[in-house]
Amino acid sequence: MTAVIVNGLRQEVTEPATVAVLIEALAGTTRGSAVVVDGAVVPRGQWQTFALRDGQVVELITAVQGG
Amino acid sequence: MTADAFVLADVTLSSRLIMGTGGAPSLRVVDEVLEASGTALCTVAMRRLDAAVQGSILDVIDRRGVRVLPNTAGCRTAREAVRTAELAREALETDWVKLEVVADERTLLPDPVELLDAAQQLVGLGFTVLPYTNDDPVVARRLQQAGCAAVMPLGSPIGTGLGIRNPHNVELIVAEAHVPVILDAGIGTASDAALAMELGCDAVLLASAVTRAHDPVRMARAMAAGVEAGRLARLAGRIPRRHHARASSPTEGMPVL
Repeated sequence: MTAVIVNGLRQEVTEPATVAVLIEALAGTTRGSAVVVDGAVVPRGQWQTFALRDGQVVELITAVQGG
Repeated sequence: MTADAFVLADVTLSSRLIMGTGGAPSLRVVDEVLEASGTALCTVAMRRLDAAVQGSILDVIDRRGVRVLPNTAGCRTAREAVRTAELAREALETDWVKLEVVADERTLLPDPVELLDAAQQLVGLGFTVLPYTNDDPVVARRLQQAGCAAVMPLGSPIGTGLGIRNPHNVELIVAEAHVPVILDAGIGTASDAALAMELGCDAVLLASAVTRAHDPVRMARAMAAGVEAGRLARLAGRIPRRHHARASSPTEGMPVL
């Protein structure tokens, strides 16, 4: 298990702890999600390979009603 | 394609009414409003994922076959807006963005300095930038010069329903625009939407006037009709305003009574 901070809360990610695994676990789909890790946007094309490390700070963003 | 196609950034849209989805009490109402409005483009905001929330606005939008337009609502600086647009592009796989950079929470008025800065940066990054701006013809001109795909002046502050407070400025913006002009914000009722189109706007973007109406679905239909009526009136060419009356019945042939 890898433990990261997601949207301000501690979250454990099953191995392999990639961004794709995290999104699938929390959002259930990759449609409509975006990710910032330690302040940098992770492009969609890197989600499968981007490995999260313990303690990293993640912002997980999605579309909501607005505008 | 219809004879009066609405083309925005090389995409032909089947409706001149662009819907915001904010303020609706449920996704079901959003769904009904999207259908009733006949819109082809609707906005969403980008926020932290809340795993407790059931259902996604995107499911509704996708099912209706409506194109999605992410906004940068809540951003106060160019830096925040650019970052939000980049996130939206990753999330929604569109380079279209409704650029909002507001000055304060009380007025929600655009901050023109930050807005222009953000617009220039985003155009440089390859975005199709649709900026929400003040009804200032000079700022609108600068946004066009920056390469924005449209200009979207407010009628009045977001959510106020005060209508179009400065029709003359909107006409000035329309007169020199070489990109679509979309009246964005302040619409209260259908006559406001019609007026926007009569002034020469290419489209209207609204949310609260429908989503917070007593009967959102009926108001969505009213807005669609208002936009349609205003567009037709604009194309038809209104009669000039006159100071004195001008009879429409014949003035000759009056009987001696």
